[in-house]
Amino acid sequence: MNNSPFFLKPTSVQSVMLRVMAALIPGIAAYVWFFGAAILVQLALASVAALAAEALMLSLRGKPLTLFLTDGSALVTAWLIALTFPSIAPWWLTVFATVAAIVIAKHLYGGLGQNPFNPAMVAFALMIVAYPQLMSQWPAAGNHEFAAQLQAIFGTRTIDAIDAMTMATPLDALRTALHSAEAKTTVAGALQSSTASGQFGGKGWEWVGVGYLLGGLWLIQQRIITWHMPAAFIAALFVLAGLFSLVDSTQFAGPMFHLFTGGAMLGAFFIVTDPVSGATTPRGKLIFAAGVGLLTWVIRTFGAYPDGIAFAVLLMNITAPLIDLATQPPVFGHKNDKGQTP
Amino acid sequence: MEVSGIHAHPGQQGICMKTLRRLFDFHGGIKPDYRKESSTGDPITVVSASTSLVIPLHQSIGGPPRPIVCAGDRVLKGQRIGDADGNVSSAVHASTSGTVTAVEMRLMPHTSGLSALCVIIEPDGRDEWMPLQPFDFRAATPTQTRDYLRDAGVVGLGGAVFPSHLKLSPGKQGKLDTLVINGAECEPFITCDDVLMRERAEGIIKGTALMREMLAAATALIGIEDNKPEAIAAMNQALQQSGIAHIEVVVVPTRYPAGGAKQLIRVLTGIEVPHGKRSTDYGVQCFNVGTAYAIHEAIDLGKPLISRIVTVAGNVGQARNFEVPFGMSMQNLADRCNPRPDTDRLIMGGPMMGVLMPAADVPVVKATNCVLVGSPKLFPPPPPEMPCIRCGECAKVCPADLQPFELYWFSRAKIFGKAQEYNLFDCIECGCCAYVCPSHIPLVDYYRFAKSEIWAREKEKTSADEARERYEFRLLREEREKQEKAAKLAAKTAAGREKAAAAIADAEKPAETPEQAAKKALISAALERARAEKASVVPENTGNLTSAQQAEISAIEARRAEIREMAKPHLPPDD
Repeated sequence: MNNSPFFLKPTSVQSVMLRVMAALIPGIAAYVWFFGAAILVQLALASVAALAAEALMLSLRGKPLTLFLTDGSALVTAWLIALTFPSIAPWWLTVFATVAAIVIAKHLYGGLGQNPFNPAMVAFALMIVAYPQLMSQWPAAGNHEFAAQLQAIFGTRTIDAIDAMTMATPLDALRTALHSAEAKTTVAGALQSSTASGQFGGKGWEWVGVGYLLGGLWLIQQRIITWHMPAAFIAALFVLAGLFSLVDSTQFAGPMFHLFTGGAMLGAFFIVTDPVSGATTPRGKLIFAAGVGLLTWVIRTFGAYPDGIAFAVLLMNITAPLIDLATQPPVFGHKNDKGQTP
Repeated sequence: MEVSGIHAHPGQQGICMKTLRRLFDFHGGIKPDYRKESSTGDPITVVSASTSLVIPLHQSIGGPPRPIVCAGDRVLKGQRIGDADGNVSSAVHASTSGTVTAVEMRLMPHTSGLSALCVIIEPDGRDEWMPLQPFDFRAATPTQTRDYLRDAGVVGLGGAVFPSHLKLSPGKQGKLDTLVINGAECEPFITCDDVLMRERAEGIIKGTALMREMLAAATALIGIEDNKPEAIAAMNQALQQSGIAHIEVVVVPTRYPAGGAKQLIRVLTGIEVPHGKRSTDYGVQCFNVGTAYAIHEAIDLGKPLISRIVTVAGNVGQARNFEVPFGMSMQNLADRCNPRPDTDRLIMGGPMMGVLMPAADVPVVKATNCVLVGSPKLFPPPPPEMPCIRCGECAKVCPADLQPFELYWFSRAKIFGKAQEYNLFDCIECGCCAYVCPSHIPLVDYYRFAKSEIWAREKEKTSADEARERYEFRLLREEREKQEKAAKLAAKTAAGREKAAAAIADAEKPAETPEQAAKKALISAALERARAEKASVVPENTGNLTSAQQAEISAIEARRAEIREMAKPHLPPDD
């Protein structure tokens, strides 16, 4: 190195990405515990597909292969796709989604660090629009039949047989109940009657959420992410859900339900926090993540899709540059006229 | 966010006096591996010049001093060899006694590899001081004191080498609230201020007291990072023994770059001095402890600045501190610490902000706080640069509260206007952002590039403006000359006509018509104007010289020719 600084902190993009993956492990462990090992197959499928697509695109773009293949960014995208997709989804769904994320959402925009949209969420949005049926086949909690799950993934099981091993997610169950023709159901009634309900969130899913929460807190401790985004996202979701359930608890689910069902915790710590496609200033992060929380609640409550995080993130991705522009923090000595921080 | 700092005076009799001073926090900063212990084991070793000294004339911010010695002159230690060029400049002195062997271009201790005029002194080994005369600054006017310090060559020894006399006026109000003395020394490896405080605390306190008086500052705060307990103890002890009031030693938390002047002012007073503003406008002024010591030596002892403490550390057998006469070769100095065989470079300064030397035999100058011996093992080449992932780690550590990754995007894309909008010039180039970047982007290099491009463009614009002004002036002058010529011509022909008219009038004696009278008046007015204009042209300052002035000019011309002649063989052939 010819210019200062002459020594650097021993850190790398790879170490950042590996730590993000490590932080996902508690959530994945809970996933396996409640829903069986199928998710591990999906993680493997997505990983292989991501690396293959990454290698292809890197060689097409004439970029150094080893350097970028080992940076870990494609693997993080792959894992997030696998974790947001049903674990018994057919193999080609996961593979197709991952390839789309890497090729279209990442490399066609310029590769690592250049994508304006979160690649994993692009994949999710694409697939939920294209294959809504397959994207809502979630495994039932407590179903550990690995052989059956494998058959579901690799397409050797009939639709009926697959139906037998699936269960609506709590968000889905609630939506179906509230939006049904009779429309007499209340939130409490719907949740009580649903087998998908757990102690404070969705059955099984609540503990997966707790796993992501623990991993996310570790990421904050590791200074990989800051508290701003998870806090703002959780706060927005909590306050909105809380207010509306206070106003009419028969039609609006409470805050704990919203936080521990669907992808809320995964979103709070691992998806909203994607630095490339999100806002970057401290105030901007708060606005961005609160926006995602707000849109998530709106889509969950009034929209046609069971979970709203993917669309909420993509919509907020569009606003990120503007938010950054509007929230530039004052620099040293320009905080007020006297040169003092108030 | 404020933190409360407890600062302790471990008194001689074991009395522990504790004062609570409110300290302030600055944003960001890093905690690198300091590696300072290796060089603080031994006391300061005073080095005397044995081989020839290469003393650059330009060692401070401001105009390069003019040489006032010639090859063959004998000089004494402390004798002035370069005169300050105007007020924004600082004199240079012989750091030992001996003979001037040349005044010529030599390689500078700067990455650029440029040469500049140096005075080469062959030491006579006697190290003979010129007669020293302490300066009674209380009997002198502030201007006299500042001139004295300028001629004593005192500059900021924290690394910026800004002429100290320029900072020693109290500003608009005529007094200051706080004089900050910087003993933080936050760069890894460097311990020159640490050992100076341990061994020469009394001089620093005296210098601080002098500056406090000159600046009419209510208090002087000496800020020292808490990783230097010995220096803190020594300074407190010296302070107590001196009995000087209104000076306080304040322990500040260790965090790079707490020793940046703006950061230390912020930590000690809570004031943030914006970029481009004078700190005196905010009632504060800041000097390095080394500068305080140099002021004490200049005023109390009459010694000009001819040496400084230099840390030699890094890839050496035994790191230590030396008091080095300016002009000594860095190679010579490093060799005293047994550099390891894999040494591949010398760095002036620390690993965070230091500059790579173009060669090992460049001289130690006033800015040299450390000679850092490098090797590929100690400072390995950085891993390959990856794209920015906007993780924001750089913004978290930036002590100027900037968004370094945004500046990087703008600098890289050469959108310099935007870079300036995002306060590029508030960057102090401390290197924190590059240090933490997981993509190993040499961020500071991008900022240096952007800054130099902006400067170059501004320079270009200024010269274009000047050219345009010159052109416009030329047009104006040509027009004026034309008018003057026309007026002259008119006057001439009018005079001729008048004569003729007079002759005719003599013959006919007709009454002067009103038109004729008006014309005459106009002509005489024009004539008067032309005369006045001619008189108003100020003679050039080269005309009407006294013989003494003429002699002086010839002497200067001769000296310049001599210097040019001496410098010639050392200029690159294409110059």
